[in-house]
Amino acid sequence: MLQFIARRILATIPVLIGVTLITFILVNVVPGDPITAMMEKRADPATVAKLRHEYGLDAPLYLQYLRFLGHAVEGDLGKSFRTKQPVTQAIMEHFPATVKLAVSSMLVALILGLAVGIISAVKQYSWFDHGSMILALAGISAPIFWVAIMLQILFGMYWKVLPISGYTGWRSMVLPAVVLGSRYAASIARLTRSSLLETTRQDYVRTARAKGLSERVVIFKHALKNAIIPVVTVIGLQIGGLLTGAILTESVFGIPGLGRLAIDAINHRDFPLIQGTVLFTAVIYVLSNLVVDISYAYLDPRIRLE
Amino acid sequence: MGTTVPPTKYNTRRQTSNGFSLFRRTALESDTEPGRMVLTKGTGLWVDSWHRLKKNRPAMAGLAFIIILVVVALTAPLLAPVSPYAQELDLRLAPPGTPRADGHGVYILGADHMGRDILSRIIYGSRISLAVGLVSEFIVSVIGITLGAIAGYYGGRVDNIIMRISDIMFAFPDLLFAIGIMFALGPSIFNVFIALGVVGWAGMARLVRSQVIALKEMDFVEAARAQGLSDWMIVTRHILPNCLGPIIVSISLGIPGAIMGEAGLSFLGLGAQPPLASWGSMIYDARPYFTTDPLFSVFPGIAIMLTVFAFNLFGDGLRDALDPRLKS
Repeated sequence: MLQFIARRILATIPVLIGVTLITFILVNVVPGDPITAMMEKRADPATVAKLRHEYGLDAPLYLQYLRFLGHAVEGDLGKSFRTKQPVTQAIMEHFPATVKLAVSSMLVALILGLAVGIISAVKQYSWFDHGSMILALAGISAPIFWVAIMLQILFGMYWKVLPISGYTGWRSMVLPAVVLGSRYAASIARLTRSSLLETTRQDYVRTARAKGLSERVVIFKHALKNAIIPVVTVIGLQIGGLLTGAILTESVFGIPGLGRLAIDAINHRDFPLIQGTVLFTAVIYVLSNLVVDISYAYLDPRIRLE
Repeated sequence: MGTTVPPTKYNTRRQTSNGFSLFRRTALESDTEPGRMVLTKGTGLWVDSWHRLKKNRPAMAGLAFIIILVVVALTAPLLAPVSPYAQELDLRLAPPGTPRADGHGVYILGADHMGRDILSRIIYGSRISLAVGLVSEFIVSVIGITLGAIAGYYGGRVDNIIMRISDIMFAFPDLLFAIGIMFALGPSIFNVFIALGVVGWAGMARLVRSQVIALKEMDFVEAARAQGLSDWMIVTRHILPNCLGPIIVSISLGIPGAIMGEAGLSFLGLGAQPPLASWGSMIYDARPYFTTDPLFSVFPGIAIMLTVFAFNLFGDGLRDALDPRLKS
C-alpha cells in the first residue's frame, strides 16, 4: 500500500509541472503583452516599459516561466494588477467560501443520491424507480445556472423562504448547495442504482439470502459495501465538475468564492490573478484526485497491483 | 423434424433485438430448408443496432426532437415571426401576448430588454447550439482520434508523451480550462468552438487509444500486416472502422456537453457576443431582470434543457444499441 501511495505521488509531479506550464502559456499567449492589454491604448510607452520591468515581463518567456514556477513553489503567485494585493492572499480569502459550497453540496449529493439510488435498485421498475431516473436525467440536462435562477425566483421571490443571494449565514447556503448538490445527486443515484443491481445478482448475495438473512442486512451489509466502490470513484471524478459548477453557482448567488474571483479577474484582465486562480484550482483538483485514487486502492486491493 | 419453426413474423429481423441467437436459428433453418434463406439478408452490427435502437422509445423520442431541432435551425428565417435583431424599444420586456407595434402579430414569448422577440431569438439560438455541438465535437474527434490512434498503435515513447499530455488536460476542471482559453483567445462564438474542442480531445484520445490497443493484437490486423499493408492503411481501414461504435457514442454524448459548455461560457459573458442570439447569452441578458421579469429567463433555459435532454436520451440509447453487453 505504501509503495502504491509513493508511486502515485511521484506520478503526480510531472502533471503538476505540466499544469503550471499550460497555465502560463494560456495567460501569456494573449496577443500583445499583459500590460498593454490591461492599460489599453491610453498608456504612454515609458509607463508601460516601467511596469513591464516591474512585473518582469521584459525577460525572455522561458525565464519568466521559470521565475513563475520558482515563486509558485514558494507559494508566491505575484500581485494582482488591479488591487496590488498578493494573489495568494486573495485566493486564501476566497477559498473558504468555495470549500463551504463544495462540502455542503457534496453532502446534499451523497444523502440524496445514495437514498434515491438504493430505493430505486431495491424497488426496481417501480414508479419511484422510473420517475426518479427520468427526473435525474432531466436534472442533468438543465444548465446549472438556469436551475439556480429558477430556484431564486421560486424560493427567494415568490415564497420568500430563503435569501435570493449573498453570503450571510447558513440560510444563504441552502439554495446554492441544493442547486450544485442535486446535479451530483442525479449521477450518484444513477450509478448507485446500477451498481447495486449488479451486485445483488452476485453469488455471495444469493448465499446471504439463502442463509435467511433479512433483506435489510443483505442490502446494507453485503451488497452495498461492494456496490459503493464505483460510486466512490465517481465522487472523486466529480470534484472537478463540482469546482466547475461552483464557478457558475457562485456567480449566480453572489458567493465570494474562487469562481467569482476568477470571473472578476477575467473581466478586469488581471493576469496574475487569473494565472493564480486557474493554477490553484487545477492543483486542488489534481491533489483531490490523488486522495481519491489512494482511497480507492484502500477500498479495492486489486487496484494496488497494477 | 416436426419442430422446425416456419419463418413467420416471429423470427424476422424485427424480433431479434434481444441477442444474436435468432440470427443463428434462421441460418440453421435455411440449412434444412434452403428455399427460406431470405430472412438473414443484410444484417450486421449497424442494422442490428438500428433495430435495437428503434425499440428504445426514449431514444427515439430524443432522436425525433433532434430532427425537429435541425429542421428548425435550418428553416429559422421561415419559422421565426420576425428578425431576432428587430427592436421595438417601446415594448422592452413586454410580457408574452403583447401585440407588436409594427402589426406583425404578437410577442408569443414576450420581448427582451432591448425590445426583441424572444421566440425568434430562441429559434435562431438553435443554430448556435447545434453548431457548437457539431463543430466542437468535430475538433474533438479530429484531434482525439488522431492522437489516440497514434498512441495506441505505436505505443512506447509516443504513447507515453501523448498520455502524459492528456493527463495534464484532465488536471483542469473543464469549464475553468475553457474559461482560460476564452481569456487567451478573446470572447467570441468561434473561440467557443475552439475552446470546447481543445478541452474535450483528451477523453476521446484515451477512448480511441484503449480500443486500438485491444484491436491491434487481433488476427485480422496480423493478417493485414502480413499482406504488407502500410501502418496508415492498417489503422484507417482495419482498426478504426472497428472502434467506430464507441467513437459514435462518445460523440453523441459529447454534443450535449458542448451545448452546455457554450451556454455556461455565454452566461458568463465569455461566449456569444451581442447581438448574436444564443440561449446561454439570452439567460445572461435576462439575469438583471429576474426579479421583475422572471419569464424572460425561463424560456431559453427550457430550450437548453429539452435539447440536452434529447441528446442524452438518444446518446444513452445509442450506447445500449451499439453495445448490448453494457445494458443491465
